[in-house]
Amino acid sequence: MPIFVDRRLNPKDKSLGNRQRFLKRAREELKRSIRDRIRTGKIADVDSEHAVSMPARGTAEPSFSDAKDSGRRQHILPGNKHFAPGDRVPKPGQGGGGSSPGKTVSEDDFRFVLSREEVLDLFFEDLELPDMVKLNLKEILSFKPRRAGFAATGSPTNINVGRTMRNSHGRRIALRRPKQEELDAIAEQLAILEAEPQSAAPARQRIAALREELERLERRRKRIAYVDPVDIRFNRFDAQPVPNANAVMFCLMDVSGSMGEREKDLAKRFFVLLHLFLKRRYDRTEIVFIRHTHEAQEVDEETFFYNTQSGGTVVSTALEEMHRIIAQRYPSNEWNIYAAQASDGDNFVTDSERCIGLMDGQIMRLCQYFAYVEIIDERESHIFGTTDNGTSLWRAYSVVNQRWPNFQMSRIANAADIYPVFRQLFARQPVLQKSA
Amino acid sequence: MANQTIKSGQTSKSGQTSKSGQTGKPGQTSKSGLLFSGSDWDFKTLSRAYEAIEAIAIEELHLDIYPVQMEIISSQQMLDAYSSVGMPLMYRHWSFGKHFLYQELLYRKGGRGLAYELVINSNPCIVYLMEENTMALQALVTAHAALGHNHFFKNNHLFRQWTDASAILSYLDFAKGYIARCEERHGVAAVEAILDAAHALMEQGVFRYRRPPKLSSERQRVGVRERLEYEERSYNDLWRTLPPSKGGDNVGEKNSDIAERKKTLKLPEENLLYFLEKNSLVLEPWQREIVRIVRVVAQYFYPQRQTQVMNEGCATFVHYTLMNMLFDRGLISEGAMLEILRNHSNVIFQPGFDDPRFSGINPYALGLDMMQDIQRIATEPTAEDRDWFPDIAGNGDWRETLLDAWANHRDESFIRQYLSPALMRKWRFFVLADAASEPHYEVASIHNERGYEKIRAGLAQSYDIGASRPDIQVVDVDLLGDRQLRLEHKVKNGIMLEEASRDATLRHIRTLWGYEVSLAAIDAQTGGTLNERSTSQIGE
Repeated sequence: MPIFVDRRLNPKDKSLGNRQRFLKRAREELKRSIRDRIRTGKIADVDSEHAVSMPARGTAEPSFSDAKDSGRRQHILPGNKHFAPGDRVPKPGQGGGGSSPGKTVSEDDFRFVLSREEVLDLFFEDLELPDMVKLNLKEILSFKPRRAGFAATGSPTNINVGRTMRNSHGRRIALRRPKQEELDAIAEQLAILEAEPQSAAPARQRIAALREELERLERRRKRIAYVDPVDIRFNRFDAQPVPNANAVMFCLMDVSGSMGEREKDLAKRFFVLLHLFLKRRYDRTEIVFIRHTHEAQEVDEETFFYNTQSGGTVVSTALEEMHRIIAQRYPSNEWNIYAAQASDGDNFVTDSERCIGLMDGQIMRLCQYFAYVEIIDERESHIFGTTDNGTSLWRAYSVVNQRWPNFQMSRIANAADIYPVFRQLFARQPVLQKSA
Repeated sequence: MANQTIKSGQTSKSGQTSKSGQTGKPGQTSKSGLLFSGSDWDFKTLSRAYEAIEAIAIEELHLDIYPVQMEIISSQQMLDAYSSVGMPLMYRHWSFGKHFLYQELLYRKGGRGLAYELVINSNPCIVYLMEENTMALQALVTAHAALGHNHFFKNNHLFRQWTDASAILSYLDFAKGYIARCEERHGVAAVEAILDAAHALMEQGVFRYRRPPKLSSERQRVGVRERLEYEERSYNDLWRTLPPSKGGDNVGEKNSDIAERKKTLKLPEENLLYFLEKNSLVLEPWQREIVRIVRVVAQYFYPQRQTQVMNEGCATFVHYTLMNMLFDRGLISEGAMLEILRNHSNVIFQPGFDDPRFSGINPYALGLDMMQDIQRIATEPTAEDRDWFPDIAGNGDWRETLLDAWANHRDESFIRQYLSPALMRKWRFFVLADAASEPHYEVASIHNERGYEKIRAGLAQSYDIGASRPDIQVVDVDLLGDRQLRLEHKVKNGIMLEEASRDATLRHIRTLWGYEVSLAAIDAQTGGTLNERSTSQIGE
């Protein structure tokens, strides 16, 4: 008789620790791969699973092995059809590499899938987000328990008494559990009979019969419980996602020649972060891309990031376009409107005044949040630091910033600077959630 | 590195075995005396099947096995087991995570089915069964693993000599705990560095031969006395009168110095991990223990790597024979037998060399064919067999012949001894000579009178791990000088080491040794040095 062990119920993911160790090891390469993908992929696709190829560096497992292109060796193969000794067979490939027939694919040469969680971890890495924020972004949805019928199993606190007693009642009727009244009636009859002094044979027989009946009923009562475990019903709760409203995110970017590859890359990360935030908070998020030079137009994501257009810089055109689209498609009572603008700050001085007017007059009233980043050179960041001096757009927006609490602006020179723009957004999140 | 015995067919996925149409309940024997009917299994049926199979195996094949522990696992757990070299317990290391990803990918893509079972050389012998297997498959797998592999593990001389089946699980438990504690104390990165380096040397971390036991101090004293007595007896005053040789004295002293040094370090040494563990100048005690753990694991798997064909052949022969016996006795229905045969033929599928599915010689197929051939030679030999195998041809006792072969051979010697011309003709083996300098292969021998010996020797040679792996030894180290560790690679047939991986491995050795390491390639025939590579030439 062999021993049987059922291991199927053992905890899963025994090799999870090894997987994490491996990812940690391959971190740099994977990060590069994720960054490439953010650069080339769509904003909305960032937080999903992602196939990456096996990073070769740092994860090779070397050992002494024979060089395939040296020496003399023999292969013993089955299935000879027509060879005779002395026959020559050309080598596959360009004559050189003496690879033996039937070579298998190397284990280092494959692609594997990173989970959403792992992708986000890598994405967050140099953004320097506070842990709390990371956690919030990774969490998918908030759920609320909602009553959903009854279940035969559950915790004692969830017992539904009404249902349980109804089942118990039905079962007692079906199994004909003697009622207390029946017992009482027999006991009473018995008492009357026993009280009478005559001891005629029929009366004695009757007493014995009643006794027997009483005993039988009591046994039966004991066997059929008043409340049996099968009667018990529990309230069942389903985790229901908390209904969320819609949000639209406007991405505004200056695409004039001064925005280079680095600037666009930073801007994209800025947009991705806002999108992640919105996606978590709202059921439905839409993204509108508006690019501008001296004139603005709504474009698709591809064009937004990859087509350059020459021309001057008139920021107010983008704001006007945004306002037009809001009026047309996203009424502010149905949509939460978020806007993110990235620019290098160049603008005509006269136009900056116009921007202030537009923001004050219309846009800030419609928007939940407006974030502006000015992408500057690393060297410039030392010069500007915290001063309010700067480009004309910066100065103009500084005015807006003082008047509207839901306006945020920042200069960014590298990825770590992005988060502070959103700090307020993430900070007031708990309050928002409560009110939702 | 395979504890596991992959039993998936080349073409079919294990999960998709055809289910027979019967709907009989498991756990109920039908009146006809079948062990089971239908495709579902439960523990009672498994147990009944095991007992029937075991009884027949012991009575008919005279197998001798460890007690069996069967464990039911899911496909996820099978993947887990794959990634930790098939052991139920293993310490943590990133490379296992990498293997897991690779295996998982192959599995998800459908490129490879999972094994139906996995068996561990332990006492009690642990057999993993996949939960998805049908009952017929479970019976097949029970015969294959719980009887076939189990018998082989218990009786083959390599396993008896080199592995301790009853201790391996507790040792791995210790290793896992020890390495986890080291990680807590010294940090994951420090432990990883040692493990990485030790893993790189696993191939060179095994003992291939037993050494004579160390003499007791009493025996040593006796030896010294005997030597002195001998010198006294053979003393001749004439030697004293010889003039001392000129100049040669110094060289001789130096040579004897080196010889003395080599002797104290017991050089040359082919087990690099052992040498580093004992003699490294920089390793802390805990690091030595980790190197030792890796070495013990490598040694544990060494017999398995030398007996792939025999191990699988033995298990396949046993399951094939037992299942047929069960069928003949009416214990298995025709439907179940068909399913078993279909899986069996998937397992022993062997395409020819020019087939796109060809990926080397299938050890299941070769092993089974050779063992069935032995059975044939023992019972119905031809004149040719009598020539080639005078000692076993027609002896009639195929059971004892096979039991003897299973106990006393490894792949290399088994093939050298038992591969018959009939089988070479059946397989249509041929030898292809491959010189790297030539633009073409040359067919050296085919299955004819002149070729049989050469094919047999060549095939045996290809299964000789000692001969087919690079031969690298520690030859010298000057502990009082620059402490450079000198390694020597015996180059056979001009086959050099692959340079990138050689350099990376040398770096790992330097991590363990602490000082520079050099590797000289020495031609095995001429003794000339082909090249020399030192870690000082390799950057970080």
